[in-house]
Amino acid sequence: MLNNITMGQYYPVDSKVHRLDPRIKLILTIVFIVIVFMAKTFLGYAVILGFVWLTARLANVPFRMLLRGLKPLRIIIILTFLLNLFFTTGETVWVQFWVIRITKEGFLQAAFYSLRLIFLVIGTSLLTLTTSPVSLSDGIEILLSPLKVIHFPAHELAMMMTIALRFIPTLLEETDKIMKAQMARGADFESGNLLSRAKAMVPLLVPLFVSAFRRAGDLAMAMESRCYHGGEGRTRLRVLKLTRNDWIACGAMAALLALIILEGIFL
Amino acid sequence: MPIEVSHLTHCYSEGSALRTVALDDVSFRIENGEFVGIIGHTGSGKSTLVQHLNGLLKPTSGQVLVDGEDLNGEHVNRRALRQHIGLVFQYPEYQLFEETVAKDIAFGPKNQGLTAAEIDERVRYAMECVHLDYQKYAERSPFELSGGQMRRVAIAGVLAMKPSVLILDEPTAGLDPRGRDRILGMLEELHARENVTILMVSHSMDDMARLASRLIVMSDGKVVADGTPREIFMQEDMMTSIGLDIPEAARLCARLRAKGYDLPADLFRPEQLKEQLLRIWKEGSAC
Amino acid sequence: MRSDTRVQLNDVSYSYEEQATPALSDVSAVIEPGEFVAVLGHNGSGKSTMAKLLNALYIPTEGNVLVCGYNTRDEKLVWEIRQRAGMIFQNPDNQIVATVVKEDVAFGLENLGVPTEEMLPRIESALSAVRMSKYADKAPHLLSGGQKQRVAIAGILAMEPSVIIADEATAMLDPSGRKEVLETIRTLNRQKGITVVWITHFMEEAALADRVLVVTDGKIRLSGTPAEVFDRVEEMREMHLDVPHMTALAGELRAEGMPLKPGILTVDEFVEEVERLCPLKSAT
Repeated sequence: MLNNITMGQYYPVDSKVHRLDPRIKLILTIVFIVIVFMAKTFLGYAVILGFVWLTARLANVPFRMLLRGLKPLRIIIILTFLLNLFFTTGETVWVQFWVIRITKEGFLQAAFYSLRLIFLVIGTSLLTLTTSPVSLSDGIEILLSPLKVIHFPAHELAMMMTIALRFIPTLLEETDKIMKAQMARGADFESGNLLSRAKAMVPLLVPLFVSAFRRAGDLAMAMESRCYHGGEGRTRLRVLKLTRNDWIACGAMAALLALIILEGIFL
Repeated sequence: MPIEVSHLTHCYSEGSALRTVALDDVSFRIENGEFVGIIGHTGSGKSTLVQHLNGLLKPTSGQVLVDGEDLNGEHVNRRALRQHIGLVFQYPEYQLFEETVAKDIAFGPKNQGLTAAEIDERVRYAMECVHLDYQKYAERSPFELSGGQMRRVAIAGVLAMKPSVLILDEPTAGLDPRGRDRILGMLEELHARENVTILMVSHSMDDMARLASRLIVMSDGKVVADGTPREIFMQEDMMTSIGLDIPEAARLCARLRAKGYDLPADLFRPEQLKEQLLRIWKEGSAC
Repeated sequence: MRSDTRVQLNDVSYSYEEQATPALSDVSAVIEPGEFVAVLGHNGSGKSTMAKLLNALYIPTEGNVLVCGYNTRDEKLVWEIRQRAGMIFQNPDNQIVATVVKEDVAFGLENLGVPTEEMLPRIESALSAVRMSKYADKAPHLLSGGQKQRVAIAGILAMEPSVIIADEATAMLDPSGRKEVLETIRTLNRQKGITVVWITHFMEEAALADRVLVVTDGKIRLSGTPAEVFDRVEEMREMHLDVPHMTALAGELRAEGMPLKPGILTVDEFVEEVERLCPLKSAT
């Protein structure tokens, strides 16, 4: 039953956006976040919304999938909106009632702060929905590899990510098994207060750690026996190559950036 | 404590496109003191079935009755019923977690709410059942033991709950012949001495030929045969058709019978064949 | 030293740091190219230690291990040795590194620094040799145990080894998985001439080898063809090892005076012997 858990939130369809180089997607996501923070008017955010909508269309990702990413953050977004709405001082008072005072400035700040948060989440969701975790870690490795000069372990970091991704389903399955085995011995994972529940986790966590360490030892030996000796002199099966679409994507993002800069100057 | 399974059906991922039927209208009844083998290849539904017998999985439809009471009924004390049915999973040594062997074995009895004295008595009893010397092993860390010993500690952890029915999923998987013989000998003894009902899932037909008094054969979530080893091992064609072997002795018997030798059809243990073959040889050399 | 031997153990001993008694003591053996050698022994007999010595994962405490003429003591040769002597381990889950089958097969090649354009054809032929081409783009955790082990074999095969060492590669599999993996290895042994060192405690598997080495207490106790080794039923039982049922039955009948030929391993061989000794009257 654990087999159908999708990894991360990757949305496995094929599209021009999915096929973009992960390095480009990572960089463009960062640029996008900068753009979101630069926008200062509702028109600007409307343009950004249009851009996001178009990208989602091109990526074959339903728009509601993007909104789903907002769900866990909805309380923070609402809180941001309300706090800014009520506690921002301003000139133009719209509503004055008891201790509540809503100003135009307050409303605008609340709206922009929440919009930024929303687009931040949507932008990163677009990245993770259209990029598999593996190519994401590939992209990160290559982008970080210049840092090797200062002994930053870019290759090791990416290898760790790959192995973690590989073992998540295995360990999930194992958790399920150990949980059932302890339940068969009368363990109770569901009732009791916080403390007794935390204590009830011990029979689950200890075997899980023991097993994870055993697996790690086995895996290290298996990797060594297949001549693994770090990133040095290593070639790769997957070589990232920039295509025309990558340049088009860069162009589109540049256009959006230009629009938002113009918006900042003229509006 | 008899167990009755009636029209048990279980579907995974019910209501989605991934819906798979793991058990399909399974019915049987297990009486006190039986030693039942459940055989079938991987994916035949054995493990799903076993998890129903102790209430870890709930039927999509159908019932599991323990001592006449529906294990999933509304007013049933499930935990109390569960205690009577000990379940040993595959590779049970992976569930050990305590600092000492004794503490780990005590986990089950402790959950049953027994007193310290009772728990201690249970631990000693269980260790004796699995042939682990209390003096020598009780205070050792389970993680320092050999694989076979760890498995015995894990089985003791279930036996300490004094179940009247013991269910084991592949108890000998991954063990060498010595470890396997230890476990099987221990089960045989437990069955004879304590009159514990045993249900054992296994791939090894030879182990089954040696121990079980009844075999339930599963394929594609269904029970395809249910009978004594004699009856089951006579049906070589049926067994082959669902991807299972029969013991070599049974195969030898079938081959020789097909050639025209005068042998009973229902031999499946080497010692039975030995006598028959000696008879044939002596008759042959007599004339 | 003969240069054409695949594996050579010269008076090899190995002790684990924390243990007083050596895991292997004074073991010598020679394995020729193309041989399928089974190493049979129970847990703790030293057979797994032997496997790890052959892959330079362990270096002998005493004596020398030569793989394709390379001494495992020479640190500079470690990668040469590991490329020539590929190893498959017991737990199918704990030796697959990547999240996609073909990328896992590529892992060894990437480590060897094989150019990218050479990789794909090598991966494809390795996967087709283990009949797993269909699964090239699948996630390994969705495969059965036997399939995972075949992927592991493909990962070794892509590195073009001369020897494959399997350290209880079937111990955690069900009967059909075991059959699958063993057949794959046997085919590679016959068709590609890859030398196989098959470490196991299953006598059924050892019975299929060209030669069996029986290891207990860190020593090679018996060595010979499966027929020669298994006919010594009593000795095998003393070492807590199984003997094929047919061999055991034949032994017992022989003890009763029935003159069955030595070296019976299978049902078919047994039937033949019965037909020879007790011909049916209708047939004569």
